[in-house]
Amino acid sequence: MFNILSESLRTGVVTSGYPATPPDVSPAARGRPVFDWAAWRDARPAAAICPTGAIACAEGAGRRTVRFDLGRCIFCGLCAETDPAIRMTNVCECAVAHRADLVTTAEYRLRADGTQEALAAGPTGPAAPEPLTGVGRELQARVTAVLGRSLHVRQVDAGSCNGCEMEIGGLNGPVYDAERFGIHFVASPRHADLLLVTGPVTRNMELAVRKTYDAMPAPRLVVAVGACGCSGGIFGRNYATCGGVDAVLPVDVHIPGCPPNPYALLHGLLLAVGRLPRAG
Amino acid sequence: MNIAPELLPAVADLQDSFAGRFAAVLAPRPNEVYLHVPADLVAGCCAHLYRKWDARLVSLFADDARPAEAAFHLYYVFALDAAHGFVILRAPVSPDRPEFTSLTDAIHAVNWQEREIQDLFGLQLLGHPNPRRCALHDDWPAVHPLRKDFDLHTTLPPFQGVRHKFREVEGEGVFQVPVGPVHAGIIEPGHFLFSVAGEPVLYLQLRLFYTHKGTEKLFEALPIPHGVRLAESISGDSGFAHATAFCHAVERAAGIEPPDRARALRTVGLELERLYNHIGDIGAICTDVAFVTAHMHALRLKEAVLRANEHLTGSRLLRGAACLGGVRFDLDPGRQDALARLLAWLKPEFESLVELIRESSGTRDRLETTGVLKPEVARDLGVVGLAGRASGIDRDLRRDLPHAFYDRVRFTVPVFTEGDVQRRLAVRREEVFQSIAILHQVLAQLPVGPIAAPVGPIPPDRTALGYVEGWRGEIFHWIRTAPGNRLARCKVKDPSLQNWPALSEAILGNIIPDFPVVNKSFNLSYSGTDR
Repeated sequence: MFNILSESLRTGVVTSGYPATPPDVSPAARGRPVFDWAAWRDARPAAAICPTGAIACAEGAGRRTVRFDLGRCIFCGLCAETDPAIRMTNVCECAVAHRADLVTTAEYRLRADGTQEALAAGPTGPAAPEPLTGVGRELQARVTAVLGRSLHVRQVDAGSCNGCEMEIGGLNGPVYDAERFGIHFVASPRHADLLLVTGPVTRNMELAVRKTYDAMPAPRLVVAVGACGCSGGIFGRNYATCGGVDAVLPVDVHIPGCPPNPYALLHGLLLAVGRLPRAG
Repeated sequence: MNIAPELLPAVADLQDSFAGRFAAVLAPRPNEVYLHVPADLVAGCCAHLYRKWDARLVSLFADDARPAEAAFHLYYVFALDAAHGFVILRAPVSPDRPEFTSLTDAIHAVNWQEREIQDLFGLQLLGHPNPRRCALHDDWPAVHPLRKDFDLHTTLPPFQGVRHKFREVEGEGVFQVPVGPVHAGIIEPGHFLFSVAGEPVLYLQLRLFYTHKGTEKLFEALPIPHGVRLAESISGDSGFAHATAFCHAVERAAGIEPPDRARALRTVGLELERLYNHIGDIGAICTDVAFVTAHMHALRLKEAVLRANEHLTGSRLLRGAACLGGVRFDLDPGRQDALARLLAWLKPEFESLVELIRESSGTRDRLETTGVLKPEVARDLGVVGLAGRASGIDRDLRRDLPHAFYDRVRFTVPVFTEGDVQRRLAVRREEVFQSIAILHQVLAQLPVGPIAAPVGPIPPDRTALGYVEGWRGEIFHWIRTAPGNRLARCKVKDPSLQNWPALSEAILGNIIPDFPVVNKSFNLSYSGTDR
């Protein structure tokens, strides 16, 4: 017993300073890619190398429409290695409420050789991402106001590879410690305010996911986690999967990433709580 | 033909014993020998390999070769650990009589794999003791997704929730406890049906494949380089190991040798993956017996490894770190220092954690003699990896079939015979120390040079087996290449598929409240099993 106490005293507090300090992410980490839309000369190699179809081109009448879907992106960075117009950042907080806000589109006029001459329209897409600071404080305030200092979360794996589970599990560790925000993972959907769903929804899990949602008391929130949860990811839709979580449930917040790191998950939870109707 | 000298006696013996009945003997790689045998010879060859050559049937799968060869092929992959190689039997199945004979009665280890073939290829299984559906749930229509004439994007009627008919366990005071597929913790989905009398478990039935995502079919639709990313998503906690096994298979098919530095860096990735998983699991085992403080310390250490992963490779879970021909991350001197600093910090920290657990007599009481998997049962079921090593099975591909950089480093393989939760924890504990030692050795002799070999289009019509000892156990990827830099087939074998039936044995006689810790001590991947 003495050793248990002395070990805890020796290690001290290891909990992240977030939100007072920004997310402590390595500069080498691969997060949201950014695009130099105006200077982009040829999107085709990047589209060809993208394993999930996050970058896609459609051609017609001397024009090319280029689409980037952050909801499909697995942050592998292969496009940035191929194309100087693309750069990987270490920005991890990418969650949005609306699926459409993960998509950016631009239209280009083409030269005879098929390269892009100039932007004809766009890029149209999401506004600047949510501010990075103050997230935790704000989350705490909203949770307190809306749910009386507790947000009960039920996690459901609807077909994930378990990578997202690995990072969600980290929220309960001493470094991220979601409990300090009043975020508590519960065993039953009947106790839950929020359903945190990972994975492409497989055909074999579709009914279980629906039943879990039906078992929750209202008001309730659904957060789709990871590239697979947002869009089906590399699996997409096929004979065994229905695609992203929004194919089965109404989704309040999408958290991109493969998998999203614990900061990205906390950021997404903030957005979700902001979407709850205020009590009273 | 260039057959490895150590494999020659076994191959020659088989040829003598079944004189003239092999349609072909091929050795595309010296340690990978294919024998094309008629279907009626499979059982005899298997028995011969098992009894006389101490071979293990490590993967059994089918391949729809009807377009080119007018037949399905069954592949029986045997590892001959002592000979450091593989003997692979290939037997044809006629489309006119789509059936094959079960080996499960003789080799229990193939039970699920045979049923999966029946489900996904529509080849009827003859003589199987329990030939019910396994990979496809009861409400699936009669489709066979891995046949070439089945389209990946076929739309099936939605799941209706047809109740699976479990085996009935009856008797006075016997009742059933169903659990899942949605569990109480942050874990993957699966259904367990416990039959109990009072508290002790009489019988446990597993129903998995809830996360079946058509992965093997999807491999056939992607260009080969994209397959590396898909392989990372087979089991997220083993992303680097699966991706490396896939790359290994492709490189062997194409005759590409990754440069020395790439092989060393692969070993770095594999050992970092082992470290964060083993440390996390040791903590989770403690939490399941209410020693939460130890879990918190373990999560603190695990986080340090994940952050090192991020700094060294760009991804906490080593996503995007693997590529065909080598790796996508390099250790410059600064990063080598960072890794050395992590190891220097981690070792005493982990020793403190080990000491904390050792001192907790309450924890030891709960872990010792709990969830015993007897060595003879483990052998019958072909249990692999750390669970096998806790039950007396002294196998580790890193030593027996060295891949990556494992032929250049020295390490020991911890083996225990008691087979309880305590020993599965002990295997992890010892392997953490071995991993730290391996990483030090790699850093001390990190070769200079490129981190990847150039890889062009992969030639068609080649077959190859890739293998890696992941943290959980051995991972196999078998591929057959197709024109256009594509795959005609990719068979993925995660160690979890092999080890799940062992959980049903280990839990017998234990009480249900101990199930979480027994389950965690195996920590099998549902996604790796279901694919």
